Amino acid sequence: MSSASLPAHGHAPTEFSFSAENQATAKKLIAKYPSGREASAVIPLLDLAQRQAGGWLPRVAMDHVAKVLDMPPMRVYEVASFYTMFNLKPVGVHFVQVCTTTPCWLRGSDQVVHACKKELGIDLGETTADGQFTLIEVECLGACVNAPMVQINDDFYEDLDEASTVKVLQALKAGQKPATGPQNGRIRAAPLGGLTSLTDLPTGKKEPS
Amino acid sequence: MLRDQDRIFTNLYGTQDFGLAGAQARGDWDNTKALLEKGREWIIDETKKSGLRGRGGAGFSTGMKWSFMPKASDRPHYLVVNADEGEPGTCKDREIMRHDPHKLIEGCLIASFAIGAKACYIYIRGEFWLEGNNLERAIDEAYAAGLVGKNACGSGWDFEIYVHRGAGAYICGEETALIESLEGRKGQPRLKPPFPAGAGLYGLPTTVNNVESIAVVPTILRRGAEWFAGLGRPNNTGTKLFCISGHVNNPCTVEEEMGIPLKDLLDKHCGGVRGGWDNLLAVIPGGSSVPVLPKSICDTVLMDFDSLRAERSGLGTAAVIVMDQSTDIVKAIARLSKFYMHESCGQCTPCREGTGWMWRVMERMVKGQADIGEIDMLEEVSRQIEGHTICALGDAAAWPVQGLIRHFRPEMERRILERKSVPAQAAE
Repeated sequence: MSSASLPAHGHAPTEFSFSAENQATAKKLIAKYPSGREASAVIPLLDLAQRQAGGWLPRVAMDHVAKVLDMPPMRVYEVASFYTMFNLKPVGVHFVQVCTTTPCWLRGSDQVVHACKKELGIDLGETTADGQFTLIEVECLGACVNAPMVQINDDFYEDLDEASTVKVLQALKAGQKPATGPQNGRIRAAPLGGLTSLTDLPTGKKEPS
Repeated sequence: MLRDQDRIFTNLYGTQDFGLAGAQARGDWDNTKALLEKGREWIIDETKKSGLRGRGGAGFSTGMKWSFMPKASDRPHYLVVNADEGEPGTCKDREIMRHDPHKLIEGCLIASFAIGAKACYIYIRGEFWLEGNNLERAIDEAYAAGLVGKNACGSGWDFEIYVHRGAGAYICGEETALIESLEGRKGQPRLKPPFPAGAGLYGLPTTVNNVESIAVVPTILRRGAEWFAGLGRPNNTGTKLFCISGHVNNPCTVEEEMGIPLKDLLDKHCGGVRGGWDNLLAVIPGGSSVPVLPKSICDTVLMDFDSLRAERSGLGTAAVIVMDQSTDIVKAIARLSKFYMHESCGQCTPCREGTGWMWRVMERMVKGQADIGEIDMLEEVSRQIEGHTICALGDAAAWPVQGLIRHFRPEMERRILERKSVPAQAAE
C-alpha cells in the first residue's frame, strides 16, 4: 500500500467534481465498456480523479467517482485501497518511486535509495517540507534490463547510479525536465556498446529516433 | 544464432517509427484480409501446428487454448490481452507495446476473429503510462485506416479494441484476477472451473493471452507454421524474447531462438557474465517465480520449457536474472519473498500468512539467525503453501525458496554455524 506521510501543507478538500474536460474524458472512458458494466471504468476514473486532485485521492474524489459510476462508495474505496498506484494521502509534486526488487537490487538500487535520501533530505515514506518530493520504495516496475530505475510521476529513469540519480533530482528541483529513459547513454533495452542483433535488416535504420 | 531475417520483432529497440507507416514498412498489416478469409479453423490449426506455447509463463499451447472457446454461440466472446507485465525480471511486453504496437493490434484482430470475439481489451499495467500512450496512438491509427473497427480490413468482421489501464497489482497478471479487475473490482483470483473460456469477462466466453503470444501470430501465419516450428526444438519451437538482467556486462532484451544454450545467450548478447563465466554464481532463468539454478547447471542448460523443467526450474517469462559470485544469494531470494508478501492479494490463508512467514524466516536466514532444523521447516512450510491456494501466486512464492534450499543449503548452513560459533553479544 501507499504510505506517504501527510505533508504539513496537506488539507483534505471538502468537495470534488470532475472538471469539464475530465467529464468529457470520463465519458469516453466509460464508453469502452458495455452498458450496465460501467463499474469497469472505476480504475481509469480513479486515476483521472487522482490526477485532477494533485496526485492523491481525497475521500470526496472517491465519492464523486462512485456517484458517476452509480457504485456504492464502499466498492470504490475497496478498489482505491487495493491498488498501489492510488495514494490515499497527499504526495509531493514529484513522486519518486525507487524499485528495489531483486533485479534492481543486484544492479545497485541500494545506492539509488541512498542518493535519493541524501539529495532530498528525507527517508523512505516521507515528503519534503516544501511539498515538492515524496520518496517511496516500490516493487518491480517492469524495466529490469534497465536496472536500477526509478519512476517519477509518469516517467521512468533507468540505468541509474548514485551520480545520475542526484543529477535527475537536481534537474527536477531546478524546474527542468530531465531526459527520461536510460541515463547511461544506451539505446532503450539494447545492449550498451553496440547491437548484437537487428544489424542486417533491409529496412533497419540504425540511428536512434 | 538466430538470423535477423527470422526475427519477428524488428523494431525491438525503437530505432524506427512505431507508428502505422513504420509498421507497414516492416510488413505488418500486409493483406490481413487474406489471412482472415482463410477462416477460423485454419488460423487455429496453423497456430497449433506452429507449436506456439503461451509466452506469459505457463507455456500452454496458444492454438489449443483458442480451440476451447465455444464454436456455435450467440453470446458475445472476448479476447483479453494480458499486458500486466510485472514478474520481476520481465520487461519484454513493454518493448512490444512501445516499439511494435501494431504487431499486437494486428494479432488481436486475428486472434479475436479466430475465437469469435468482436471486442478485445488490452489490460496494461498502470505504471506503463507512456507505453500505453504509444499503444493508444497506434490503435487510433488502425481505426483511422479501417484496419480495426467496423468491417476491419474489409473482411466483413466488426472488431473493437480498447486499452484498459490497471493501477499497480502484480496479482492482476493472473488471468481471473485480471478479469475481476477489468470488471471494476479488487484483483482477487476466481476459483476455476469455470474457466474463462466458459465464463470469463462479464460471465461470457473469454480467452486471456499474453502480449507476446498474440503479437507473434500474424508473422507465424504469413511465414507459415513450418517456419516457426522449424526454429528451436520439438515442443519448444519458435523465437522468444529474452530479458537478461543482473550481473552481465550488458543487460538487454533480445529475440533469440528457443533452446539457445544459456551460456551462448549471455556471451553473445550480454557481453558475458561480469568478471567472466567462472565468476557466475547462479541464474534465475525465467522470472522471479522459477527456482534458481547453480552455475553447474547453467554451464550446459538450454533455454526452453522442457530443458529447464528437466532441471526442476522453468522458462517462465524468459526473464534471465544473473548473479555473480559477489551476490548474497540468500538476500537475493529473501527480497523475492518480500515481493510475494507485498503482492499476495490476501484471499487465501496459506498465501496471505505464508508469504509473510517465509519472508520473516528468510530475513533471519540472511543473517544466519536460525537453527539448522529451520531450513527443513522452511522447506516444509513452503510445500504447505504450494498447491493450496486458488491461484499460482502461492506456488510462485514457494518455488524461489525451494530452489534456494535445493541448491544453496550449504551456504545457509554455513551462516547459521558461523553465527553460532561467535559469542551472542558479538553476533548482535
